Amino acid sequence: MSYRRRKGARIRPYTFTGGRTRSRHPLMVQTLVSVADAGATPPTNLLPESQNIYRMCRETRSVAEIAAELKIPMGVTQVLLSDLADQGHVYIHPTITGHSPSENQVLERALRGLERLFQ
Amino acid sequence: MDSNVSSNNSPGSTSLVSTKIVIAGGFGAGKTTLVSSVSEIPPVSTEAVMTEASREHDDTTVTPDKVTTTVAMDFGRLTLDQELIMYMFGTPGQARFWFMWDDIVRGAVGAVIVVDSRRLADSFDAVDYFEKHQTIPYVVALNKFDGELGYTIEQVREALEIGPGVPIIDFDARDRRSSGGVLTCLLEYALSRPKSGELVG
Ligand SMILES: Nc1nc2c(ncn2[C@@H]2O[C@H](COP(=O)(O)OP(=O)(O)O)[C@@H](O)[C@H]2O)c(=O)[nH]1
Ligand SMILES: [Mg+2]
Repeated sequence: MSYRRRKGARIRPYTFTGGRTRSRHPLMVQTLVSVADAGATPPTNLLPESQNIYRMCRETRSVAEIAAELKIPMGVTQVLLSDLADQGHVYIHPTITGHSPSENQVLERALRGLERLFQ
Repeated sequence: MDSNVSSNNSPGSTSLVSTKIVIAGGFGAGKTTLVSSVSEIPPVSTEAVMTEASREHDDTTVTPDKVTTTVAMDFGRLTLDQELIMYMFGTPGQARFWFMWDDIVRGAVGAVIVVDSRRLADSFDAVDYFEKHQTIPYVVALNKFDGELGYTIEQVREALEIGPGVPIIDFDARDRRSSGGVLTCLLEYALSRPKSGELVG
């Protein structure tokens, strides 16, 4: 079979979707990432940018915070993080979207947190 | 204040989860002001490349002291409990930035549309977006620049063609509690709405 139609030929100027995430938690701008061992040094075979990301992830951070701090475009940050996760270097935390009823408990925690802060 | 644990989250604490809300609205409506009022970190701007272009197109006559606009997105953070962090992402409100909105809105618990109560028309684009897409719950927050509203809430609903169930509240974006109240309102509303996985009827 040959596919003559080109897929995905249109590239948007900004894309926050990463595109490479498969069977783990999705990487969105608010998604938290962390390394398992805070004392670990970044593997030397990584790109310099990835080593910097690795260092930042010794504390749990969001994709947006990493991109802003390291001044790497959001889309690039997501690709590099995606690779780091594929290689088992970083853990991608679950993100609560509130779209499923099973997340209501977390939303209620969010509401209580807001009430505590701003009552 | 024992709830602020963000600066010393133990690494590898895999139980930490995050969530997101979107702060939308017209140019100069008070989005960044709202985020700074409530955020535990100074609002962070991730891109600034469109500042110049935006300045040419946006109407700066009403807020002449305004030098930059929300260009790509800026964000703030709130630690809501030991294992839950909420991010607020402000987005450029104009329709020409809609290509960015889909990515920012994806996965959000809800949105706040900040409206400058003196310039209702500036929020048409944002209201349009959330009314048409209907993907996430949103509330409308009227920022009272002059300290008073000048309209009733129902007049605003009619003028902006905001759906009947959507909460509309007035607030002061410079005030921490007032802005926090807007976020609380959004979460209450999000919780009160039936989810896609639930049976309605
Ligand atoms: N007088 C007054 N000024 C405000 C209020 N909210 C915001 N501002 C000012 O209006 C300008 C635009 O606000 P900003 O938050 O940057 O708007 P954004 O473009 O929506 O992010 C800033 O100079 C703010 O200090 C308000 O409630 N009253
Ligand atoms: Mg702004």
